Amino acid sequence: MVPLSYYLLLGGILFACGVIGFLIKRNLIAIFLSIELMLNGVNLSFVAFAAQWHALSGQVFVFFVMVVAAAEAAVGLAIIIAVYRTRETLNVDQVNLLKL
Amino acid sequence: MLHLILFLTFAAICVAGAVNLLVQRHPINSALSLVVVMGALAVEFLLLGAEFVAAIQVIVYAGAVMVLFVFVIMLLNAGEEEHTTGSRAALLLGVPGILIGGLLMAWVLLERSGTRAVAAGALPGPPKTIGWLLFHDYLLPFEVTSVLVLIAIMGAVVLAAPPDSARHNRREN
Repeated sequence: MVPLSYYLLLGGILFACGVIGFLIKRNLIAIFLSIELMLNGVNLSFVAFAAQWHALSGQVFVFFVMVVAAAEAAVGLAIIIAVYRTRETLNVDQVNLLKL
Repeated sequence: MLHLILFLTFAAICVAGAVNLLVQRHPINSALSLVVVMGALAVEFLLLGAEFVAAIQVIVYAGAVMVLFVFVIMLLNAGEEEHTTGSRAALLLGVPGILIGGLLMAWVLLERSGTRAVAAGALPGPPKTIGWLLFHDYLLPFEVTSVLVLIAIMGAVVLAAPPDSARHNRREN
């Protein structure tokens, strides 16, 4: 038996690592990876709460989060490719205009 | 007891992978440590009984999405990250702030949340049950996500396609 709060704590730690990476990373792709880490932390909390309340809808919502994350990864990486094509850099400090 | 040992082992792997993602300077190392985090998380899902979620975590997330990331990193030939100096105010206020916030969150979760302990495989989520829920109770959200994925595919193709001038040049050659 593992207390449910351990699972929530692990999800919180993963989410916090994602936030810290989002703030301190300077590479566009590394920032994107941090966002995926945040989504994973949230997924763990969803499944843990599903077990707490015996509601399978929590696991269905994880499925939806994964679909949205996959769509977001496809569009985001296409944007990164378009940005790299015009600027030749992935450093966010040098990508300060939305204009392509 | 075995449940607790398995949980702690894979939780340690998860946190180590997440910290490694932050520490590494090269994006490909960060991407591979994220794969480690996702694999360990799949085991945590299995411990909670979510079989279907664990399977699609490995297939969709660690498989498809991360392969896409690694391909883009190799395509753009992304190099080492440049060092930038952070502000001193961020260090002085941010680090204690994170520590206090983290300790407060841990205390609330461990002492005051009123959650109970869960056994291994507490709520089995076999594909059959999840599929029934998905195509019965959540049919409309499911169809909406299919439209979302279609729009995402078209957006990715439009954004990543070479610009018009490059295409014209290639045709003339």
